[in-house]
Amino acid sequence: MKKNFLMLFLAMASIGSVQAETVFVTLEKDNALAVVDPMEGKLIKTVPVGQRPRGIAISPDNNYLYIATSDDDTIKIVDANTLAVLGQLPSGEDPETFALNPAGDRLYVSNEDDSLVTVIDTASKKAVKQIQVGVEPEGITVSPDNRWVVSASETTNMLHWIDTKSMAITDNTLVDPRPRAVNFTADSQQLWATSEMAGTLTILDANTKQAIKTISFEIAGVTKDKIQPVGVVIDKDRNRGYVALGPANRVAVVNAKTFEVERYLLVGQRVWNLAFSPDQKRLYSTNGTSNDISIIDLENQKVTKSVGVGLYPWGVAVKP
Amino acid sequence: MFDSQSLRIIIKLLFIIQLLTAGLVYAEAKQTVNIAYLAQEQKAPPPLSNLDPFIENKGVLGAELAIGDNNTTGQFTGQKFVLKKFIVPIGGNVADVFNKDISEKFQFVVTTLPAEQMTSIADLPAAQQMVLFDAFTRDDALRNEQCRKNVLHMLPSRAMRADALAQYMMKKRWTEWFLVIGPNPEDRLFADAVRRAAKRFGMKIVEEKTWEHTYDARRTAQSDVAVFTQVDDYDVLVVADEQGVFGEYLDYRTWYPRPVIGTQGLIATSWHRTHEQWGAVQIQNRFKEQTGRWMEEQDYAAYLAVRAIGEATTRTKSNELKPVRDYLLSEQFALQGYKGNPLSFRSWNGQLRQPILLAAPRSLVAVAPIEGFLHPKTELDTLGYDQSESTCK
Repeated sequence: MKKNFLMLFLAMASIGSVQAETVFVTLEKDNALAVVDPMEGKLIKTVPVGQRPRGIAISPDNNYLYIATSDDDTIKIVDANTLAVLGQLPSGEDPETFALNPAGDRLYVSNEDDSLVTVIDTASKKAVKQIQVGVEPEGITVSPDNRWVVSASETTNMLHWIDTKSMAITDNTLVDPRPRAVNFTADSQQLWATSEMAGTLTILDANTKQAIKTISFEIAGVTKDKIQPVGVVIDKDRNRGYVALGPANRVAVVNAKTFEVERYLLVGQRVWNLAFSPDQKRLYSTNGTSNDISIIDLENQKVTKSVGVGLYPWGVAVKP
Repeated sequence: MFDSQSLRIIIKLLFIIQLLTAGLVYAEAKQTVNIAYLAQEQKAPPPLSNLDPFIENKGVLGAELAIGDNNTTGQFTGQKFVLKKFIVPIGGNVADVFNKDISEKFQFVVTTLPAEQMTSIADLPAAQQMVLFDAFTRDDALRNEQCRKNVLHMLPSRAMRADALAQYMMKKRWTEWFLVIGPNPEDRLFADAVRRAAKRFGMKIVEEKTWEHTYDARRTAQSDVAVFTQVDDYDVLVVADEQGVFGEYLDYRTWYPRPVIGTQGLIATSWHRTHEQWGAVQIQNRFKEQTGRWMEEQDYAAYLAVRAIGEATTRTKSNELKPVRDYLLSEQFALQGYKGNPLSFRSWNGQLRQPILLAAPRSLVAVAPIEGFLHPKTELDTLGYDQSESTCK
């Protein structure tokens, strides 16, 4: 009996370790959150979450999801286990993208219409500061060492470096037209920034705030103006970075040491945002107009599956 | 959480604090970029209906929004953008204003002027040391045999619009067209563009008629249109009525139940209030908040003109004619225009290449180039006169 129980426990534990990972996808036009089991490659369920959900992030303790519901003018706090809405944050108007700091106590929101970054204290659920940035701020990220917040303004074509201590801009870097997404390497030494209209990726030194390298993408059979880089992520060992190329329907694999483009992986249509699995063996992409996500096996560098999730998948977050 | 009142006060306070401590954060303004805006007041046309009020200030409000955007960027780059507006009253002499107030004082001039006035300004000696940004005309002649080297055209030409419509009609397999032409010279120019597009895309104009009736819908549209449209069968009625003197009365009144497309019904335009993709909703909101009305095509054109100057002066770190002009016409130039593709200028005729919206009054139907129309360089060049077809010398 005892042995059986132990067996059962072990079996459950092993199932648990395989099934534990959950992928959350915001569905901009379904006003809902899709919950996907990536190992099974199945949509588990879809839950209503508010009007026009876009940006999504998970708290460092994996207990809370933060979801920008743009047309509700708020960021919802959702229990990552029960998916119950627990509360909301004063994001300012039309929130789209935001970033959590590594401790999870500060959330930085881009307010596109007002050229502002709003800083929110997640514990008190209060806005503590607003910082004037360029026109139409969109991409935003916090360095893993919590030193910098970088906000990209789409129309000003700039990266604004905000010191997390003084909460003020200390540097501005001009980049190619319409910067969309920004992300630091795990060691906080580099910032990778995509420029949608120029079709480029710029890699910057976080110390000098200057570009080290600007990469253009070229795909046979795809015209230049279809290549519109959006989401960007870099693996924790800084071996490879991955760039979602929007209507080019591909994810570019960039060697993070040589800055060569190694290959292009064909995913769904209008690929927007990317997230790693916790073990970084897989990459998930949201494909806006084909209404699915792609699952990419990073060991073999192959797209293994696409999972239909609902209308206009936008953001993606993964819970271990 | 703040309510909106206190939030606004806080924003203002923060802004003041930032102004006081600006030294650290923002670059000092070292360079001024002066931009002139030249337009003439337009006479209100006779009203067709009471639905749409006549808008007097099309264009200038777009330029004003853009100068604000440029200066937001400028505060980080050390550039200051100044917009000086010259609105000539009806009956006033535009060339006099240009010679007196603009020549030798400005190098970048945005014009909202009809074709003839625009070209006569462009031919003045002082204009040779300028770039003129034409935010009004749609004439193909100005992009071809009558082109001027010192003019950039912000709005799509008639040929670009007709090609956009033709691509959509081809996709829908509406291959047989009934072309209805209005009484004005502009209508004949648009009809020429429609004929060119039909030939280019292998479509057939099975019937062509000129509208010569009266325009008072309340009295005659019901009977006139039905009689007028009794022709051999066709797939789609293509109307050329740029001033809108009768086109609105065609839909639902034709002899056959066929869609209307062209200058009314489904229209080809560079901007429309139904457009909200690719960040467009943000600029629609910002424009409406600043001006209290929807953004019109000429506002969008003037917005892009001033933004193009901002982009080129920021990238070149210059306010001088040659480097800015060279950059505008270079392959590096990529302007964000809220329409998905980066916008740039055709080097052979100064036309801004751009996607064209196909819009019904309350819904955006498609965006041209329509998928499947291919081009070796950029699909945007499937619209209008391509380099090999251009007669601009």
